[in-house]
This record gives sequence, structure tokens and C-alpha cells, in this order.
Amino acid sequence: MPFLNALVRFLGAVVLTYLGLLAVTFFIGRVVPIDPVLAIVGDRAPEHVIARVREELGLNLPLWKQFLIYLGKVLQGDFGTSVLSSNPVMQDIRRVFPATLELATLGTIIGAGIGIPLGVWAAVRRGGVADQMVRVMALIGYSVPIFWLGLMALVVFYARLGWVGGPGRIDVVYEYTLTPWSGIMLLDTALAGEWEAFGNAFSHLILPASLLGYFSMAYISRMTRSFMLNELAQEYVVTARAKGLSEARIIWRHALRNAAVPLVTVVALSYAGLLEGSVLTETVFAWPGLGLYITNSLQNADMNAVLGGTIVVGSVFIGLNLLSDLLYRTLDPRTRTR
Amino acid sequence: MSALLTVEDLRIAFPNRDGDPVEAVRGVSFSLGRERLGIVGESGSGKSQTGRAILGLTPPQAIVTARTLAFDGIDLLKAAPAERRALRGARIGMVLQDPKYSLNPVMTVGDQIVEALQAHENVGDREARERALAMLAAVQIDRPARVFGLYPHEVSGGMGQRVMIAMMLIADPDLLIADEPTSALDVTVQLQVLSILDRLVGERGMGLIFISHDLRLVSSFCDRVLVIYAGRVVEEIAAADLGAAQHPYTRGLLACLPRLGEHRHPLPVLSRDPEWAR
Amino acid sequence: MTELARNDQTWRAWLLSDRPQSRRQASLGRLYSGWRTFSRNRLAMVGLAIILALIVVAVFANALAPYSPYEGDLARTRLLPPSAAHWLGTDDQGRDILSRIIHGSRITLFVVVLVAILAAPIGLLVGTVAGYAGGWVDSALMRVTDIFLAFPRLILALAFVAALGPGIENAVIAIAITSWPPYARIARAETLTVRRADYIAAVELMGASSWRIVFRHIMPLCLASVIVRVTLDMAGIILTAAGLGFLGLGAQPPMPEWGALISNGRLYVLDQWWVAAAPGAAIFIVSLAFNLLGDGLRDALDPKAGS
Repeated sequence: MPFLNALVRFLGAVVLTYLGLLAVTFFIGRVVPIDPVLAIVGDRAPEHVIARVREELGLNLPLWKQFLIYLGKVLQGDFGTSVLSSNPVMQDIRRVFPATLELATLGTIIGAGIGIPLGVWAAVRRGGVADQMVRVMALIGYSVPIFWLGLMALVVFYARLGWVGGPGRIDVVYEYTLTPWSGIMLLDTALAGEWEAFGNAFSHLILPASLLGYFSMAYISRMTRSFMLNELAQEYVVTARAKGLSEARIIWRHALRNAAVPLVTVVALSYAGLLEGSVLTETVFAWPGLGLYITNSLQNADMNAVLGGTIVVGSVFIGLNLLSDLLYRTLDPRTRTR
Repeated sequence: MSALLTVEDLRIAFPNRDGDPVEAVRGVSFSLGRERLGIVGESGSGKSQTGRAILGLTPPQAIVTARTLAFDGIDLLKAAPAERRALRGARIGMVLQDPKYSLNPVMTVGDQIVEALQAHENVGDREARERALAMLAAVQIDRPARVFGLYPHEVSGGMGQRVMIAMMLIADPDLLIADEPTSALDVTVQLQVLSILDRLVGERGMGLIFISHDLRLVSSFCDRVLVIYAGRVVEEIAAADLGAAQHPYTRGLLACLPRLGEHRHPLPVLSRDPEWAR
Repeated sequence: MTELARNDQTWRAWLLSDRPQSRRQASLGRLYSGWRTFSRNRLAMVGLAIILALIVVAVFANALAPYSPYEGDLARTRLLPPSAAHWLGTDDQGRDILSRIIHGSRITLFVVVLVAILAAPIGLLVGTVAGYAGGWVDSALMRVTDIFLAFPRLILALAFVAALGPGIENAVIAIAITSWPPYARIARAETLTVRRADYIAAVELMGASSWRIVFRHIMPLCLASVIVRVTLDMAGIILTAAGLGFLGLGAQPPMPEWGALISNGRLYVLDQWWVAAAPGAAIFIVSLAFNLLGDGLRDALDPKAGS
């Protein structure tokens, strides 16, 4: 069973990567210059109080034991308590994560929805208008600071033109009439039948989502183009032409279906990239998601919250890697064995 | 007899790095009825490009010119792209060299055959499937229903090439161009595939252009042989008269064929005269 | 005049000779033909010109900046729009934005150079050692590399800076720590292609130590592809550093780091947009230049990899 073998090896690598991630966050937690004991008791506490708290926190144990305890806690979703909100970090993250998910998902839908057809077009008409467009878009996408573009977009589309809602997810007027159910604003407003609020939420979402969509599109269209150029040069395309198939069928059914196999990984990577980029975008748009949560915690030296957020983003990264690998296997019949 | 295919002074040029055209095929002429024509030449001689030019499948940067390039009275060079596409698969088919690359890896064998049929005939899915199964049976595949659902990587090279033949013959073309159809296969499988090709072409009364570098194979399989060297026809001869070939290049090719009981030392080497290419 | 022209001719012939007489002639010749390919790429030349200009600006910042980057006139020159006196306007402290950007180029250059100096050798060492040693050393090193590759780089850099404390040096260290893995991958791939070569076997037979082989014979061969990759990564490094600055984790005030300038301008962006606009444009232009240069270098050194 080569398929099963490969899967086991792959899952092993995933577990190892995850352990690596936790080792790094553990390490970062340990080298923080702030002594966690002093953070709790204050620097005027008597010697025996410090010693007692040190013991309670397990800081007198050998490092590997501390790591095991840390591992056990993290795997149960216990990231400690946030100094800033005095809630468990996991609870905070659960509250803010849907906002990030909503933003990154819409961004990826925009990026893939426009980027893939554009990339195909660029490959088919090589050197043509679409090809130049993809080239320029990618160059700009790789060179422009996302937070700056976001600010400039706010100035133009919100302050000057008034086409979109400003920072935040929804106007304050609607904020308290809404019962958060999924935390996905568009879903919650639509389910409640609050179409006015839905429209308002959409006007807030569309600018940051388009911005993320642009970066995703720049990357996806460039990769689609190069995969399609590769596929269109294959012999099976000559066969398809020799059969007298239409160009449209050759491009979309034959070549793109083959290019889709590596594209899955690209889309997953770009999705992960948007989740990560949320740290900067959410700050610009005052979007109350995980990114803003991490930045706020950073500025207040709330290490539990920072590391909890890092672990969550890292876990999503690893999860997306796993998902794209599984999708790859289902899309490519050559990796399946009967 | 009016010819099925007439080729007169066919030239195919490719721009080189500086953009100047370099001719790969330089004035090839022949005509073909419902017979088997072999085109023999070494790699780069232009034999494959000749075959692709007939179908209109030369790369986009290639410049194809000819005094005549006509198929069944249709001027191919003047035909609209849609018209040429309608010919491809329906009236002219092509079998490529290696089924490992020439079949789409992410589509089942059956879907690829059905697609070839449905591109040209208005056939329902059920009937298309039945005709595809019948075609698979015609290329001597034992369990067509099983093979129908397989992906290309799950069939052997010989079976893949039979699938390819089935796919190209399902719309019942008048002319089949086979570009090195057996050179990627094992020797034992080669004969099997050739005999299937031989029988189907005979039964359907089709024209066949058999492109190969293997003179012996071509001479045993075809009625007539065209020997190409450096983009030019150096000899056109009936397969039966091959022993009386005039051109030194053809004679050289023949001399390379080993015969039983013959003492060969040193091994003959193919000599090339730059004069022939002029 | 004619003498000079003929000299020029012979030099070119010497450089492009099919039969170089010495190792130096061969490598100079290769460099020259690489330069010929590269210099034909107009966009890459634009990129190179911008980067050279950046270096000049950074070196002569004191002479070029019309005002002090640190002191402004709070009473008279606060938040002025672009004008003849202040080409790019002034910020909330009354400081000339152009002068701050000019001085900020030093920080950008400092970050780029330092990250390259830190990350490239780590990646090169890990990759060549893994590739040459093979076996469990290879597996272990590549495992670690893969783990780092699977991480979210920006967030990890954030966490590192949070731990080390904000500041430009710590930002550089954090970026370097998260950016070496791709170089290790490339160096390993290159090493694998040469390690079975006869000349490596010849050096082995002459009794050279493994370290000597890695350092003297394998690393130089991997250098070109790593340099190309580093150049292509420069834009990403600049953007990450600016992002850290924007979040207040990079250079600390009053340093005129470009990302921090945008962060400062953010407060007034709806009315005084120029405060944030100009430093962002500077980041964009320099990143673009590195991308153009990197593309050009890649095409010149490896024609196959070009699109």
C-alpha cells in the first residue's frame, strides 16, 4: 500500500512540524526578558513569596518537564490567561477568529475567482494584454506594502469618494441589535433577515477583502499562468487538438484540469498568507479579528495572548498544508492506487 | 483516381533566436490515395512537422507555405480554423508516439474516447459509451468495460496505444497519420499494435501516413516509402522495390539493417553528404 | 582613438574566448557574458539604477537632506502639504518628510544588508552540509528546515520581536531567523547535483577534509543561486521590516524608519494624506527595484528558469 505509506509518512511530518512549532513558542515564552513570577507578584514581593509562586508555576522543574507540561496544556487548548482581558486566551481567540476567517475567505474567493481565469487567459494569449496585466499586477503585488495600500484605499474610497464603509466591521448603530451566532457578520445579518445591517456589514468588508483579494490574485494569477503554460506544452494537448476539440474545451477541460492539481496548493498557501497578513490589514482597518488581537497584545506585552495567537495561526497553516495535500491526492488519479 | 491528399512544395519555417526564419521542411511533395505511405527520416528531418502541418497542428510560431496542400478537394491553407478543426478527428486522425504523454492523465480512458466521438457527432451519452466500448473491443481490448473506467497511468504502454488508436478511429476518419506509433513500445507489443492498426486501416479502406525512423518496419508495413533527409524528399519508391533504391542515403539506411548469417565488421556507419541537403 | 577601439575589440575577444587560458579568464568571461544578458534586460537595469541611487542617497544623506530629519518647527511648519519649500510636506512634529525619507534610506539599507549577511550564510551552511553529508544529518537538518518553512513567517517574527523587545536590531534578527530556510533548500539541491561529480571525487582522493570540500569546493558553486534568491527576497524583507516598523515593533521613534513613518502618518491620513503617502511610495519603489533586479539576475544566470 504505497498510498497508505505515504500518508503515514506525511502525517508523521505534520506531527513533527507541530511539535516544532510548539517548541519554538515554548522557547520564545522562556526567553522573554520579563520574569513571569515578577509579573504576577510585583518586584517588591518578599523572597519566600517569589519562591512559592515559582514552584506553583513549575519554573523550578527541568526544562523538558516544563515543555511536557506546556505541551499537555496547549493540546487541551489551554494557552493561559490574557493579562489584558483577564479571560482565558482561548476564549478571546474564539471570539475574534470568525472576523479574520470572514475577511481572509472573501479575499481568497476574490483572488482565486479573478486570478485563475486571468492567469489562464495570460497563458493562452502569451504576450498579450492579459499577460502584461498579470505581470504588472504581480510586480506591484510583490512590491507594495499592504498596510500602506490599505491606508491609501481608505483615503480614496472611504474619505474622498464615500463608496464604502470605514474602519470596523459594522456601524455602531447595528452592532448591538445583532445577536452573534456564527461570528461571520454576513451570515449572522442574513440569517436574522436584517438586510440593512447586511448591506452595512458588506460595505465595511468589501474594501479590506478586495485589498487582500488583490494580493491573492497577484500570486494566484502568476502561478496559474506558469502552470498553464507548462500544461499547454504537453503532448496530450496535441492529442486533444488532433481529436478536433474546441480550444475552449482544450483549455478549460484538459489543461486547466491538469493545472488544478498544483493550483490547489497555491490557493491554500495564499489563503494561509492572507490569514497571516491579517496582522497588518486588520490594524489598518480596525478589524476586530485575530490579527488585531495579536498586535494589541504585543503592544501590551501580553505574551500568553501573543503566543496563543501564534499557535493558532501556525496550526491553521499546518492544517491548510495537510488539507492541500489531501486535495492534491484526490485530484490527481496518479497518486491514488486501487 | 483523385488523390485523398495532395502536398506540393510544402515548406515549414521556424524563426530562430534572432527572428530569422529557418526552414525545417523545404519543399516536400507527395500525393496519397487510400493507401499506406511510409515517411522515413532521422530525428529532425522534418517528418513529424510534415504530419502535423497536414492537421494544422504546427506550433503557432511556425510558418507553413505550400503550392498545394489539399485534402479531398479542400484547400487546407485557405480553410478557416473552424473548418480545419472540423476535419481533425472526424476525417483526419493522428496517433502520437508515446501514450504515456499523449493521453490526458486526469481523465479516464473512456471519457477521452467518448469526447472524441461527441466532438463530431451528435450522440447521446449512452450511445457514445456503447460505441466507445465497441471500439475498445475492435482494438482487441479484452474487458472493455473495465478499461473504460481506468486512468491512463493504470494501463500498459501497448494498451495505451490501442486506446489511442480507438480514440482516433471512433469518428471513422478517411486518413490516419501515425507518428512513430510503436517506437515507445516493447518489441513484442509493437507487432501486436501494428497488426491491429494494419487490420483496421484495411477494413475501413483508409489512407495511412506512417511516420517512422525505422526503414525496415515501414517497408514491411507500407505500400510506398518516402525518404526524407534534412527537410527534403530524397527518394520516393514502392516498398517492394526498396532493394533497387538509388539514393546513397536510402542505401545507407538499408545497409544499417543487420541480416542473419552476414559477417559485419566493422559496423557500417551512415555517411551524410552535405550535398544531399542542398 | 582607433587604438582604443581596437583595444576594446581584443578585450571582448579575450573575455568571450572559447578556450580560456586561465581560471581567471574563464570566470571573468562568464561574468562578462552574464552581464551582457543582464544589461539587455531594460527593466533589470532600471532596478539596478534605483538600488544604486538608494545607496548614494544613504551615503550622502546628510548632504542631500534639505532639513534636519529630527527637528521641526512645531509652531510654523506642522502638517504642511507638499510645497516648493517642503517637496513632500511636513509631519505632525513639523519635520520635513523628504529629509526623513532620505535619512530613512540608511535604515532600509542597514536592514537589507544585515538580514542578507545573517540569513544567507546560515542557509548556505545548513544546505551544503545536509547535501554533502547525506544520511541522518541530511534528514535531521532538512526536517528542521521544513518545520521552519511551514511556519507563518511574519507572525513568528512578531513573536520573536515580542520576546526580544522592540527595536531595529531585534527586528533584523527576527527576520533573519525566519528567512534562512529557503536558502538552505536551494543550497542543498545544488549540492546534490555536484556532490557526485568527478572533480569532487578527485579532491576527496587528494585527502581534502569534508569541511574543506564543503567550504572551498561546494559552497562557491551554490553561491550564485542563493544570491539570486536573496535578491528576490529583498523586497519581502523590506516589506516585513516596514510592517514591523508600522506595528511599532521595529525601529523606535524618532528614527525615520519608513514603516514607522507610515504608522505615524496613519493618525492624520484622512486629512493629511501626504504624511503616510510618501514613505509608502519610497518602500514600494525600492521593493520594486529589488524585484526587477532579482528577475534580471535570475534570467541572466539561469536562462531556463525564466518565464
